[in-house]
Amino acid sequence: MARAAAVLVALGDPTRRQVFERVAGRPHSVGELAEALPVSRPAVSQHLKVLKQAGLVSDMAAGNRRIYRMEPRGLQDLRAYLDHFWNQALAAFKTAVEQPPKEEG
Amino acid sequence: MTTQSTAAPVRTQIVVEAPIERAFDVFTQDMASWWPADHHILEGELAEMVFEPRVGGRIYDRNLDGGECTWARVLAYEPPQRLVFSWDITPQWQIETDPDRTSEVEVRFVAETASRTRVELEHRALERHGEGWEGTHGAVSSEGGWPKTLAAFAAHAAA
Repeated sequence: MARAAAVLVALGDPTRRQVFERVAGRPHSVGELAEALPVSRPAVSQHLKVLKQAGLVSDMAAGNRRIYRMEPRGLQDLRAYLDHFWNQALAAFKTAVEQPPKEEG
Repeated sequence: MTTQSTAAPVRTQIVVEAPIERAFDVFTQDMASWWPADHHILEGELAEMVFEPRVGGRIYDRNLDGGECTWARVLAYEPPQRLVFSWDITPQWQIETDPDRTSEVEVRFVAETASRTRVELEHRALERHGEGWEGTHGAVSSEGGWPKTLAAFAAHAAA
């Protein structure tokens, strides 16, 4: 499904996996990551964007910087759960809404 | 200093072969016809799901014995285009009584043709459901710990 695919794509890139491993170890700013890895700041930002879209990291404003950290396991589970729930619910909604309205009498 | 933490929302959409008015109507006024039957907090046999069609209205379940369970508040009501409601349900599928710890669901209805409607759903502000989960950080960030976590996560998401 969409979420699982997003996670696999996000971690399929070796550099992005390195970024994620760093963030999983402890929260990092973009600058810290760019310094620690052989990657430019814009590239780090782009990788973080993909990781965030996949629900693997979250960000937080701290002064004028953004700090990235691994999204807590509970939040990952909740997102995966709700993703599954809403897909199931909307599929059932489609079935219900496409039934011809009942005739009067 | 204030800090604000954001998590990526859950987004999904579906296209239905029905006019926009009917799609909006079934979504709000006939919820029991499509809501997954095993996802009710209320005990006992479900009699109806009631959606009060106004900002400030409640969404609640009622069982055959007259018991009620309010699980959402209507935050925006713009028929037939848009709808926002709170999600007053904890990750453990219990009622959340603290509004600061609730997330929200936005549903948009877009008419693709006169008889076809795209329904876009976004469930956001999930991080408000709690900070208590952060204790798990150490356990999953250890060397070699995350691939296992992610494999489980991917399997869960694909289930």
